[in-house]
Amino acid sequence: MTAQFSQSGQSSPSSQSSPSSQSTAQTPGAGTDGVRPVLQARGLVKRYGHVTALDGCDFELLPGEILAVIGDNGAGKSSLIKALSGALTPDSGELLLDGRQVRFHGPADARRAGIETVYQDLAVAPALDIASNLFLGREMRRKGVLGSVFRMLDHDRMQGEAAGHMAELKIGIRSMKQTVETLSGGQRQGVAVARSAAFARHVVIMDEPTAALGVKETGMVLDLIRQVRERGLPVVLISHDMPAVFDVADRVHVQRLGRRVAVVRPGDIEMSDAVAIMTGAAPGNLAAGNLAPGNLAAG
Amino acid sequence: MNSVDSVKAPGAVDTTTAERAAASPPEAAPSRISALLRVPTLGPLGALLLACVYFSFASGRFLTGGNMSLILQQVMVVGTLAVGQSAIILTAGIDLSNGAVMAFGSVVMTKLAVAGGLPVWLAIAAGIGVCALFGAVNGSLVTLAKLPPFIVTLGTLNIAMALTHITSKEQTVTGLPTVLMKLGDTFPLGQTRVTYGSVLMLVLFAVAWYVLRHTAAGRHLYAVGDNPDAVRLAGVDVRRQLITVYTIAGALYGVAALLLVARTGVGDPQAGQTENLDSITAVVLGGISLFGGRGSIVGALYGALLVGVIRNGLQLTGVDSVYQILITGILVILAVAVDQLARRRRK
Repeated sequence: MTAQFSQSGQSSPSSQSSPSSQSTAQTPGAGTDGVRPVLQARGLVKRYGHVTALDGCDFELLPGEILAVIGDNGAGKSSLIKALSGALTPDSGELLLDGRQVRFHGPADARRAGIETVYQDLAVAPALDIASNLFLGREMRRKGVLGSVFRMLDHDRMQGEAAGHMAELKIGIRSMKQTVETLSGGQRQGVAVARSAAFARHVVIMDEPTAALGVKETGMVLDLIRQVRERGLPVVLISHDMPAVFDVADRVHVQRLGRRVAVVRPGDIEMSDAVAIMTGAAPGNLAAGNLAPGNLAAG
Repeated sequence: MNSVDSVKAPGAVDTTTAERAAASPPEAAPSRISALLRVPTLGPLGALLLACVYFSFASGRFLTGGNMSLILQQVMVVGTLAVGQSAIILTAGIDLSNGAVMAFGSVVMTKLAVAGGLPVWLAIAAGIGVCALFGAVNGSLVTLAKLPPFIVTLGTLNIAMALTHITSKEQTVTGLPTVLMKLGDTFPLGQTRVTYGSVLMLVLFAVAWYVLRHTAAGRHLYAVGDNPDAVRLAGVDVRRQLITVYTIAGALYGVAALLLVARTGVGDPQAGQTENLDSITAVVLGGISLFGGRGSIVGALYGALLVGVIRNGLQLTGVDSVYQILITGILVILAVAVDQLARRRRK
């Protein structure tokens, strides 16, 4: 089974100026081909008491791709995502955005750096209209005295721009004055996705965006994810939904026991094989990388 | 609307959109009538107008400028309390303490002006200040200690009431300087005389409406009552925002205290015992949801006026004032039932 994976792991020495990095940066199985990752993590460790959520976890997101992150419960998926979106500060390891080392002390830091996250539980305000939701926390004010002294919002401009963002993702909603609660679940997620796509400069992270949705609406959200990629933004997709992952992802990062154990391309591998790696029934294609000095542990 | 349509038009016809339209049909553009029906203040305004029409037939003295001015004057204290109460209820909170806090503020400002010999303006500022402080305490306990607003404000209600009695030694403060009662003075409007206090209340409603409708802070206040997690994830400091809301509401109760003093001409330690529930009544009758995030502050003005009109109208028609309380009770239950029903239909 492992023979299917291109084992082209040419370890480029831990480059640049990061002597603290423990694991050598290794090109994953489904080749990064020397392209500089947009977002990269090296040797992330996070412990809660004696529970190790991240155990020297690596991660690479390439420009313009949809990278799915899969893993069983407790594999450290959500800890990894929280570390990438700034909701969690790892104990050690480093994070690089466009090749530059970054440290996030909260989701606001990550957002400022250009990483937007769409959360699983539909983080929208149902009683507010679409435009207000899209611009929540980033409202536009009128020009001149009205805006600077009287803090007056520019409702028209926000509605116009909201309509533009929604149209760009081909979400068929007519009025931006509609409250979000009048929308279907898929359309609501559309609002959340449009919001991230509108403000993300580097990365959009989507945490289980289809978990609350039916089959048709899931299809709609997968379309949205492709639309975001079309706009040139790479997407990190965390999902339990294997068919959805294999449908939409360019590469799949398999997380197990707090580490990345494999990176595969959906075209090169069967879904069942990916599940086997995920559950530990089959070895991953990155075992060597994870057993780098300092990370030696059983398993 | 026009600009929205023009932006959407180019991408409207393609296959994926068509497919998606089949998967989940986009909402039909709201017709003008259904859009009008969704205006949350329509019900309260209708009830208010209905009551006015009824009483103007029932009593010839109802629809006169003097009587309208009187209603406004009777409503101004509860109306001002309702501005603060609305803001708090919109965040999905509630404030039971506002009547007691107002009474404390009125005793503080009158006592300082009369017995303390402070300049009147300083006494007023101190009175409003202690009310704002009570608001800040309420807000801090709700957000930092994460206690339910109902319990927190029940506690501060009792604290404020006790402090009122301690400060005043159960004595009504009299002999106030006239400046302290300035807001009770009137100015002519046509043939009617209107109190400055009623105008101040209307101005406060207008400012609150502007802030809630047209500033980011106001939109965040609605959003906090609707889904606090979404607001937090959007990078807004929800705790700071809530403490600010409670503090500003407290300062408004201080203004209500000033209006109370102006209307009664004394500092009364027995005041403010039913005003907390009266302000909640106004808010609820105004169609603001007790669950937070929905409704318009203009509705709270209609609600306060509705109670005032019913009381005034029944007095004019010679009906016992107990019936006013009875009718208000029934209306409150109706208003909450409508809110609950709307809530269930959304689910």
